[in-house]
Order: sequence, then structure tokens, then C-alpha cells
Amino acid sequence: MIVAERKPFDEIKTALAGCRKVFILGCDTCVSVCMAGGKKEVGLLASQLRMSFKKDGKDIQIDEDTVERQCNREYMELVLSRLQDYDLVVSMACGAGVQLLADLSEPLQILPGVNTRFIGMTPQDGTWEERCRACGNCILGETGGICPVTVCAKGILNGPCGGTDHGKCEVDKDKDCAWTLIYHRLEKMGKLDNIRKDFPPRNHLVQCHPAKQVHEVYKGE
Amino acid sequence: MAVSFKDVLRSGEFVVTAEVGPPKGTDISEMKSHISLLKDKVHALNMTDNQSSVMRLSSLVGCHIIKEMGGVPILQMTGRDRNRLALQSDLLSASVLGIDTVLCLTGDHITLGDHKEAKPVHDLESLQILKAVRVLASGVDLGGNPLKGTPQFCAGAVVTPEADPIEPQLMKFEKKVWAGAEFFQTQAVFDLETFKRFMAYAEKFDVKILAGIVLLTSARMATYMNQHVAGIYVPDNLVSEMASAPKGGALQKGIEIAGRMIRKIKEEGIAHGVHIMAIGKETVVPDILQAAGL
Ligand code: SF4
Ligand code: SF4
Repeated sequence: MIVAERKPFDEIKTALAGCRKVFILGCDTCVSVCMAGGKKEVGLLASQLRMSFKKDGKDIQIDEDTVERQCNREYMELVLSRLQDYDLVVSMACGAGVQLLADLSEPLQILPGVNTRFIGMTPQDGTWEERCRACGNCILGETGGICPVTVCAKGILNGPCGGTDHGKCEVDKDKDCAWTLIYHRLEKMGKLDNIRKDFPPRNHLVQCHPAKQVHEVYKGE
Repeated sequence: MAVSFKDVLRSGEFVVTAEVGPPKGTDISEMKSHISLLKDKVHALNMTDNQSSVMRLSSLVGCHIIKEMGGVPILQMTGRDRNRLALQSDLLSASVLGIDTVLCLTGDHITLGDHKEAKPVHDLESLQILKAVRVLASGVDLGGNPLKGTPQFCAGAVVTPEADPIEPQLMKFEKKVWAGAEFFQTQAVFDLETFKRFMAYAEKFDVKILAGIVLLTSARMATYMNQHVAGIYVPDNLVSEMASAPKGGALQKGIEIAGRMIRKIKEEGIAHGVHIMAIGKETVVPDILQAAGL
């Protein structure tokens, strides 16, 4: 899933300064799971803003709603007509969701309410770890299901650097060295020879930005 | 005339290299004084490449100056700050300047340095830079395009003989040998018994190993390295030996220890040579060599 974190309250509040009517639009998929931009967080932000503006003696109308998925056109079409009269829409979705909103609601003013950070997983409640950089050529099958592109701070493909120290990474003593993890995992799998393989430089062409893909069935439409 | 580093490696002589760091800024007087002090006392001088991710004068220009002053340069190249185009371009440039020895490194992480917010490149890692050196020598670039004029290098790499766990480190060492490394400069070694075990393994390969010698300047530095520098272990007896030095005599003690280690490595044939890293204390390298009887 995509992991994001809520922008600081003051940053959002400052950006709303000249508005009279603001809509906060949440997304109930990834950003809801990582507790940054789902229904709950939208409600919280909306009431914080209302209270804060009221305290300042400012009369700003704040309305809110949350859609199933802001990065999907079908879901967005259900809400678009309701946004027309607002001075600004705060999108609590990831960067992709914010952009679909901006495309579909042009020329409505929009503001991202979260900072989109990474593709991650939840090793334990309330913690998210980056585990994939969407490199476009997955080699997890060779590395025991641990991604060197992401988990190794230098994205090394051919074994540990000299900074590895008792299983920790030179960048941060609290961070595991990806290559020590991979070594131990492959040892358990009986696949240590994988480390001896020669991994060529990554092909960045497959990741050329902005990437695009069209499903077979939809090609030629 | 200076002998090429490749010839030194082939000669079977006990090889001695040292390290010079380029300045942060355009004043190269201190660097030049280090070069002129050391160039005739060692077989070659490494020029560091934005060492510890701290921005400095380029290693390429530093090597050119060593060359101009009549020394033998070893060009350190990391993949941290340059992508494959820039690295290959610098290799061509080095060759044109007559620099023919390169040490291929992944590079310290950018967050350890003085531009923490910069973009770490890491397009090529140490092994892939080694291979790039070999590909260029075959007359094409990494894109498969023919070169007009082909650079030839003596290529080296690094290894950490006291890494923990050691197995993945050794696997990578072997890959570097396959990729064409002709010599290795090791991370600092202090425990010669552990190092001998590494050498018993490394001897199976047709490469030259230069043991890394870091000059200890105080007991505190030794303790600090034990706690904070990956792959460096200063045994307790050396830490106490440093601590036992009389006031103001710690540096002298460090020189003595480094000299003693080099002498032992040479006399017992433990390694093919040494690489001396006297970080910030380049001026005492001749004293270390003297203490070593070299
Ligand atoms: S190798 Fe890593 S970054 Fe690439 S797709 Fe697989 S998990 Fe993602
Ligand atoms: S210590 Fe391990 S995880 Fe960190 S950069 Fe080196 S190989 Fe990668």
C-alpha cells in the first residue's frame, strides 16, 4: 500500500487563509489504513480547523466527505458535482489521488493534505515500513523475498558494502543491514548461491517516468 | 621515473600505498606538500573521492596533480555521486591524463556526510564499476557502443576482513575477483590473528592484498572506532597500550604500533603489502615507515 503522513496542521491552515468555503476530501483506501487521510482523519482535521478558525474569529465553512478511492475515476465521479462551489478542496489522498482530483475538477483549487512517502507494509500495528520502490523488474525471487533495492540504503544488488556491522546498516544503527538479512534468509532456504550470481546494473528504462501501462484488453480502444 | 602500479604489483615487492585527501576549496598547497612528502616513499598514493560523503576537490584532479608531481596515483571512484555516464566519462578522462590505476568503491552513504539532503546516485555499485572498467578496456562502453581509443586500467577494490558476519563479505570478495580486481586494499586491521585467517582464505585467489593500516592517535580514537566504525576492531591490548602512552606521547605510540604491525606483516609474509591511512596526520607517514624499517 501507499504510505502517507498528514501535513502539519499549521501548513494546511495557512494555505486556507483567504478561503470562505473549503471541502476536505478523504480517501478510504491506503491513506485510511495508514491513518493519514481516511474518514477518521478527515473528521479530525475538519473539526480542528473549524475550532481554530472560530477561535481566530474567522468564518470559514468546512465540509467533508470521504470516497472509496480517489485514484479511481468511477469513485470520483460520484462526488465531483458537490465540489463546484468551494474555494478550495483539500485532498487527503496520496499524490496520485490528488492529481486525479485536480484533473477532473479543473479549474478548482486543490491542496494536498498529506505528504506521500512510500510503498510499504505493516509489520506491526501503527508501524509502516518501506519495502518496494516499484523498480519495474522484481528480483525478490533471487533475494529470499527481501528487497535490496529498497531495504539496502544504497540499493546494492551484489552483496553487502563495507558499512555492514553486526547485522546493522552504516546509515543507522537501528536499521537492519539488508544484505545480512538476505544472507540469513537464503541460508535457511538453502539458496546461498544466489548471492554469488552477478546482478547487472539496473535497467532504469523500465521505470522511465512517468510510467504508464495499458491492459491488453483495453489496448486499441 | 615512477614505475606503474601494475608493475609494482607484479614485481613481488612488498607494496606500500598511502592516502591523500583533496581539500575542501581551491587551496591545494597542503595537499601538494603531502604529495611531495610521500610520493617517493610509497609505491602509490590513493586520492580519496569525496571521502565520508564530504564534498571536496575531485579525486581525478587530485590524481592529475600527483602525476604532475612525479608520483603514482590511485584514483578512488565511488558510485555515490555519479551515474554510469559520469563514471565512464571520468574513467576515459583519467586514462587520457595517464592515470592508470583505479579503486572501485560503492561509497559511504550520503547521509554520513556534509550534504545530507543530496540525492544519492548509486547507479553502479563497486562490483559494477569494476566490471565497467573491464568493459571499457574491451573497446566498448556499457551501452555497447564502440570506443575510439580504449582505456586500460589496473583495477582494485576493498574488502573488510573483520566484517561480521564474514561469509557474505567473502562471497562479495570472490565476485570482485571474478569481475577483474587485481588488488585489494583492506579495511583497517588491528588483530593480525583474525587477519591471518582471512589471508589463508584470500591466498587462493590470484590477487594482491594490501592490509589496511590506520594510525591510532589516542586510546579514545581506538574506543570510538570500536563502537562506531563498521568492520574495525581494535583489540583491548592495543587500546590499553595506547592508554599507557605518556602525556603528549599518544601519537608516537600510534606510530610505533603501526610500524610494528607493518614490520610483522612484511617479515611474516602475512600480506602482499600495506595501505596506510593516517587520516589527517599524513605528515607522520614517513615516521611510520621508519618505525616499520621500510
Ligand atoms: S525488486 Fe524491490 S523495488 Fe523492485 S519491484 Fe521487487 S520489491 Fe519492488
Ligand atoms: S550496511 Fe547493508 S543495508 Fe546498509 S548500505 Fe551497506 S549493504 Fe546496504
